[in-house]
Amino acid sequence: MIAGITLEAVALVRGGRTLFEGLNARVGSGRALTVTGPNGAGKTSLLRAIAGLVRLASGRIAFEGSADPAEARRFHSHLVGHQDGLKSARTANDELLFQARWCGATRQAALAAAERLGLAPHLALDVRRLSAGQKRRLALARLLAAPRALWLLDEALAPLDAGGRALMGEIMAEHVAAGGLIIAAAHDPLPIAADTLDLGR
Amino acid sequence: MSGLGVLLRRELSLTWGAGGGPLLSVGFLIAATVLFPLSLGSAAQILGAVAAGLVWVLLALASLLSLERLFARDFEDGALDIIALGPLPLEASCAVKCLAAWLTNGAPLALASPLAAVALGEPVGAVPLIVLTAALGSLAFVFVGGIGAALSLVSRGGALLQTLIVLPLLIPPVIFGAAAVFAWTHGLAWTPGLALLAAYALAAIGLGPIAMAGACRNALG
Repeated sequence: MIAGITLEAVALVRGGRTLFEGLNARVGSGRALTVTGPNGAGKTSLLRAIAGLVRLASGRIAFEGSADPAEARRFHSHLVGHQDGLKSARTANDELLFQARWCGATRQAALAAAERLGLAPHLALDVRRLSAGQKRRLALARLLAAPRALWLLDEALAPLDAGGRALMGEIMAEHVAAGGLIIAAAHDPLPIAADTLDLGR
Repeated sequence: MSGLGVLLRRELSLTWGAGGGPLLSVGFLIAATVLFPLSLGSAAQILGAVAAGLVWVLLALASLLSLERLFARDFEDGALDIIALGPLPLEASCAVKCLAAWLTNGAPLALASPLAAVALGEPVGAVPLIVLTAALGSLAFVFVGGIGAALSLVSRGGALLQTLIVLPLLIPPVIFGAAAVFAWTHGLAWTPGLALLAAYALAAIGLGPIAMAGACRNALG
């Protein structure tokens, strides 16, 4: 489990440029945090650093409730980025089952997640036949299929239509109400109540 | 355990289904085998003398054909993020990807290469040794070639870089494998070549995934 995340004096450097330094923030259980800022402010890099993909230039990211940060990242967090990681030549069903089961979900849980996200009628199609919004729903299905405490969402709602955003708002509200944590990079306000961390200056 | 199976199934379906699968590399091997007698002449003493060497060169080049896509597609569409954050250490995931590439490309090549060798004039008795050495050799090619595939992720002109990095590392297995088959054909001691080839393949399997995972992390971070 992850009970909270603390960023202590975090600094990120990308390609020789300092994106930000001395960043402090804390997200507790049952809270959502929106990371805002202009393009290139480092929102994606910050989320990837929390996920462990990008190395910090200095500072520290601490996971409360888990002794081993690597385990917290590997088994208790989801990162949904602006790339869906889907193979266009495979069917939606194959890709759904791979992403969900790779995260430890059962087949039933994956299909139930697809059902809730309105993907059930499209599962037999090749991924290349899906719209951008449908692909994103497919990528988001693993959040529901494999319950994990921390959701890192990088512009994850951008391609969704109004109905999709409302649905994700509902799903995110349930996740937070159940004690989950959400850190989302977004330009538009999240569909749920959230604290804000502004990287722009 | 389940993570291993889930990833292996996906990789097999991708490498088997997409881009022609084993047909591309096996087709290349066969096409080149057909062309050699046309360019070198069909005199048995010429072709027979170089058959083992020719097949090994073809095996190395055919293995390279399929390697470019090992990590590049997953890197471009974001699937490598998901794999890197999954339940397996990235080293194990890289090894699974290589294993899948070998099962769908290397193993069919190993089965096809005695066909090519015998067609070029190798004695039929050499078939078991050719299959064995080709299987070991193609394993080494995949696990060494994967390092180049991972290293070239972040560079433009990755394919050229990959060839330059990988080619020197392909030389030892070509020498050992071709030498073992040549020695068997001429009644010389063939086990040293086989043993060296097996050792090289084992080292590649053991060390390759560590280097691939490091290169992938570097590309993702």
